Amino acid sequence: MPDPMPDRRPQPALDWPAIEAEPAFRDLVAAKRRFMIPATVFFVVYYFALPILVGYFPRVMERDVIGKINLAYLFALSQFVMAWVLMAMYVRRARDFDAREHEIVSRHTGRPS
Amino acid sequence: MNTALVMFIGFIAVTLVITYWASRRTKTTAEFYSAGRSITGFQNGWAVAGDYMSAASFLGIAGLIAFYGYDGFMYSVGWLVAYLTVLLLVAEPLRNTGRYTMADVLAFRFRQPAVRTVAAISTLVVSLVYMIAQMVGAGSIVSLLIPQIGFSTAIVIVGVLMLVYVIFGGMLATTWVQIIKAALLMGGTILLSILVLAKFGFSLTEFFAAVAKVTGKYCEVGTLKDGACPGGAAPVARDFTQPGLYYHGKWGALSLMSLGVALIFGTAGLPHILVRFYTVPDSKAARKSVVWAMILIGAFYIMTTFLGFGAATLVGKGNIGVMKDGALVPNQNLAAPLLAEKLGGEVFLSFVAAIAFATILAVVAGLTIASSSAFAHDIWFNVVKRGRAVVDREQVLVARIAAAGIGALSIVLAISLRTLNVAFLVGLAFAVAASANVPAILLTLYWRRFNTNGMVAGMVVGLLASVILIILSPAVMGIDAPTAATKHLIQAAPIFPLDNPAIVSVPLGFLAAILGSLLTRARADGEQLYSELNVRANTGLGAV
Repeated sequence: MPDPMPDRRPQPALDWPAIEAEPAFRDLVAAKRRFMIPATVFFVVYYFALPILVGYFPRVMERDVIGKINLAYLFALSQFVMAWVLMAMYVRRARDFDAREHEIVSRHTGRPS
Repeated sequence: MNTALVMFIGFIAVTLVITYWASRRTKTTAEFYSAGRSITGFQNGWAVAGDYMSAASFLGIAGLIAFYGYDGFMYSVGWLVAYLTVLLLVAEPLRNTGRYTMADVLAFRFRQPAVRTVAAISTLVVSLVYMIAQMVGAGSIVSLLIPQIGFSTAIVIVGVLMLVYVIFGGMLATTWVQIIKAALLMGGTILLSILVLAKFGFSLTEFFAAVAKVTGKYCEVGTLKDGACPGGAAPVARDFTQPGLYYHGKWGALSLMSLGVALIFGTAGLPHILVRFYTVPDSKAARKSVVWAMILIGAFYIMTTFLGFGAATLVGKGNIGVMKDGALVPNQNLAAPLLAEKLGGEVFLSFVAAIAFATILAVVAGLTIASSSAFAHDIWFNVVKRGRAVVDREQVLVARIAAAGIGALSIVLAISLRTLNVAFLVGLAFAVAASANVPAILLTLYWRRFNTNGMVAGMVVGLLASVILIILSPAVMGIDAPTAATKHLIQAAPIFPLDNPAIVSVPLGFLAAILGSLLTRARADGEQLYSELNVRANTGLGAV
């Protein structure tokens, strides 16, 4: 089998399919998916709500909320808040992923990663 | 003596000192392409922001908001939300499995020459198209702000400087130019925003009350001419806080959604952004880079409303442009600089001009390094030389020659395209990235059944669909008045109604990739290679 990345640093031979089948690895991937899939679906839906509402219902969105600051502007601003909150949630959750990754890596390389 | 000129020279001097320092630390391929993976997550966050926030975002968005109000802000939102795609789906697995280029990840599981070549071509198309847009922008902005420097001279100066950074200082110099530019851009934008808000007693409600007094008009069908719509219909009047001044009519909402698709998926397929994640030591640092980049980019894009609405209220749409033969020729790019002049006089105008100049330089340097590594590492080393061991010095030399060639080509193209309306080029770059690169990246990382044929089919279809649809769209086709300063490439009525093709071309790219895989057989060892990629991407085992 040709090496897919011939220019990489020499690695200890690892049995990739065996690692992939390990419960520790499967749990890691499952934990990631449990966060990634709902998070991605959520942000895509939340984001496209903006062009849909602004594009198809401009008269609703231009209703003033605080002085002349209208719903359209506040909803656009909320996208920034949404992105930052989701980012913070991911960073928190990723600490758990890091610990699991660390365990798998150190077990297979015999050194702390 | 022109203050702007002094500030330009100051910036150039600082960056050249950095380049000299970086050149002594740039010998190996890992140093040239990836700054020896020595950049910290925090530094890389600033560099990603500096690489990303182009002249289009600084001058372009401010201008769009100053001319069309609320609708211009739609770009700002999409450009930040895009980073969730990068953060959640792309940055960490990319760092774990690749080495120098986007194609490293795409070719991991598949037949090397075919996938490498297609991925490298896509990288070169996206980067070159984006680069020409930046350079033409540089030409017009620099020559407007410093009249002593002409259009072509400005492009040559920008081109030569970017080549000096890249050829001598590699990724390390490029990174620091981007960090400094991001700091300047953030500083300038914060200062401008504070000055704008100070004019309204730091009251957002007062500010928006003033914005709501600025109005614009459009026609539901056709274009406004001399205050009337075709067929005698009455124009629709909107104030600047209300949506619709840019995106309206039959295709308005769909255009807005198509733009959204291009923005939030395209970013994760921009090679010059992706290669930044190879400059940090590991995937945790890559995550940290995205986090810092999102904080900076988000803060910046929120402030674009103060710049844009500030220019609309304090300068006035009717005053944004250049005087030519006693008449004002509108120029959106001048909204931010003219706002600065209004608020802080000539010194502040010069400061903003210097920021714009730094902005363009940092972005084109990032584009040059991404395209030279695609050429040297992907095409020359992996395809032509078939990955045979090559001494480091030789590969770095090829990358430097490639950078020089790409730089020279972009200078020539930018000068020859000066009279074209090049706004479509940035849209094209995002559309190709979203339609060709993103399906390939996501499917190779997350879909076991994906194969070489699917990858090649997806990338070719995504690339062709974006290019063809853009050519048929109002971005390229249109009938201009003989007096227009910049003209559409094709003087005819557009065939495809949307400015941005992403809403059609992204699904086409995915569809071709999926069908191409399902209709053909996977290679015998495909399963095992996916296992390797999957383990590496998720754990960082074996990452360089």
